[in-house]
Amino acid sequence: MDCSIASALSHLRNSTRVEIGEPKAMSVDASNRRVVVKSLFGAAAMFAFAIFVLPPIYDLFCEITGLGGKTGDEYTAVDVRVDTSREVTVRFVASNNASMPWEFRPTKDKVVVHPGEPTEITYFARNTTGEDMVSQAIPSLVPNNVADYFHKTECFCFENQPLAAGDQADLKLVFIIDPDLPEGVTSLTLSYTIFDITDRMANPLAQLQ
Amino acid sequence: MAHGPATLADGWRAYISRWVFTTNHKDIGTLYLWFSFSMFLLGGAFAMVIRAELFQPGMQLIRPEFFNQMTTMHGLVMVFGAIMPAFVGLANWMIPLMIGAPDMALPRMNNLSFWILPFAFAILTSTLFMEGGGPNFGWTFYAPLSTTYAPESVNFFIFAIHIMGASSIMGSINIIATVMNMRAPGMTYMKMPLFVWTWVITAFLLVAVMPVLAGAVTMMLMDINFGTSFFDAAGGGDPVLFQHVFWFFGHPEVYIIILPAFGVVSQIIPTFSRKPLFGYSSMVYATAAIAFLSFIVWAHHMFTVGMPIAGELYFMYATMLIAVPTGVKVFNWITTMYKGSLTFETPMLFSIAFVILFTFGGFTGLMLSIAAADMQYHDTYFVVAHFHYVMVAGAVFSGTAAIYYWLPKWCGKMYNETMGQVQFWVAFIGFNIAFMPQHFLGLAGMPRRYADYGLQFADWNMVSSIGAFIYGGAQLMLLYNVIMTIRNGKPTTEEKTWEGAEGLEWTVPSPAPYHTFATPPELK
Repeated sequence: MDCSIASALSHLRNSTRVEIGEPKAMSVDASNRRVVVKSLFGAAAMFAFAIFVLPPIYDLFCEITGLGGKTGDEYTAVDVRVDTSREVTVRFVASNNASMPWEFRPTKDKVVVHPGEPTEITYFARNTTGEDMVSQAIPSLVPNNVADYFHKTECFCFENQPLAAGDQADLKLVFIIDPDLPEGVTSLTLSYTIFDITDRMANPLAQLQ
Repeated sequence: MAHGPATLADGWRAYISRWVFTTNHKDIGTLYLWFSFSMFLLGGAFAMVIRAELFQPGMQLIRPEFFNQMTTMHGLVMVFGAIMPAFVGLANWMIPLMIGAPDMALPRMNNLSFWILPFAFAILTSTLFMEGGGPNFGWTFYAPLSTTYAPESVNFFIFAIHIMGASSIMGSINIIATVMNMRAPGMTYMKMPLFVWTWVITAFLLVAVMPVLAGAVTMMLMDINFGTSFFDAAGGGDPVLFQHVFWFFGHPEVYIIILPAFGVVSQIIPTFSRKPLFGYSSMVYATAAIAFLSFIVWAHHMFTVGMPIAGELYFMYATMLIAVPTGVKVFNWITTMYKGSLTFETPMLFSIAFVILFTFGGFTGLMLSIAAADMQYHDTYFVVAHFHYVMVAGAVFSGTAAIYYWLPKWCGKMYNETMGQVQFWVAFIGFNIAFMPQHFLGLAGMPRRYADYGLQFADWNMVSSIGAFIYGGAQLMLLYNVIMTIRNGKPTTEEKTWEGAEGLEWTVPSPAPYHTFATPPELK
């Protein structure tokens, strides 16, 4: 019986059912087909895993750990306990993405605040080009392991910022440093990078009004 | 069979048709081996350009933009074009012979998986002639270098990677199906030669991670052309995500390259020690353990991205853990040789050099795994030296050993032993002159992937370049030896070319007939 498999295989590759002497009496062809189907399924699953599962897991992981200096979404103040015994220096930095021509800077370089105290500051933006544009500012906080203790109750970065040609605006940010900020952290640096997202908008002009 | 395969005597048309339409595992193995050797020479030519430019400080021969394309293409061609297809070629030739199967399980898919490869590399290489040049972002193609700042030709690169991935996945499925379904009666899993074992584990790794690479380049493709923001901070993405996805593929990939090399050496050392392999089952389990660990250590390639200390510690210890199963393997190879009746034919010389140099490269890997120290070593020539010790002295030396070891079986001619040994010593000395000094350069702080360097690095760079030219010459000697063996080698008809060889491949005539094991062999 064993001879029949091998000779059948070498001469007629597409032989129909050929029994083999293994316990599960399945033809080699059927067995091969199962391996192919299972492996292709596995490969397709790994492809889907890379595109649809890994990026959300990564975002979730960064959100939980505060890695990457990504600050959280809009925060609702829960209590008004202000820790006047501590002072924290918050520095502001602005940078433009390579393709972004706007003028963009904080109106103050730094503020000294008490944890728990809501503080308002503004960034100044001016569309120096002759075209209507839409921008998006992306925040990043250093040191990045304290991102969880930096709360924004209002921030221009929650939305995109349309500016008509030559227009300018003061962009508002209200933040609270969490009173649970780890001891030893006396200064934070908040950085915004502004990106041109005009091309991503279905209708940039609609953003203006 | 009534007639054998078409030869040149049957006319060009028949001869070309034979190779294009072949479903014979030996033909396809041969195609893979020649293809990979031609890619090896191409990638080697890129390396020669790199080393020629780095021979002296300052810009001599090429522009920095072209230098970047050379480092990128050297890496891509060597990893995907030379080393991986070489081992797939060996698998095609040897696995059916080793397990007593008449052919691979899926011969037509085998043909397809080979014949799409030349197209992939034609597309990839053609980018060098395009306006804006070829890929210039390093073989690891980190975003945003490979997305926002990539040359226009990046879409060709992405398509080429997709084709290579499809080819690898098909080849792997074929190997898995062959090993699972085509073994001769009595060839139980734990009787399979170690080369078959390491390859089937490699095949599972390939099926698992090549789709992740395909996913990474697909996300790049969408970021570049379809306005998504997987790796673009402007739209809420993150470039560091690219590094995670890439190395989730990339770390298993380095074991995909080295595990079949382990298998080859595990065949050759017992033959020339005239002793069975020491610790067969521990070799199998160690291979499986290395394959498993390869999935959970990827971030040791990116200690400098700003990880929490707990993450660094985890990836550091997990990486160090790989030294345990690897140590088991090295111990077993050495113990196989211990008190053996050793002879030092060319395949054995390459295998012993493999054990020594691979272990050396493993130790520098342990140095790199120390997260605190890696801050100093990261992206220096120390890393370049490390991975060339494991990739070249590992994979390429073992591939060369395999060629000398099985060449008499493939073509029925014996290579010239003196020429083989001369080639070994030229390769061994050239390799060490080329890469040993790169450790010193890296420790002294020379960064990798730059077209120029500070004057304090000049001496060792010149030594390294001289070694690289010698090593390049050794590969031309290998090509000469193989061609001379095929054309003028002393005919050998012995079934068992090597006195101490064991295994089913040594029970068929030399050269191996076009069809073998039409009747399954009897296993004692």
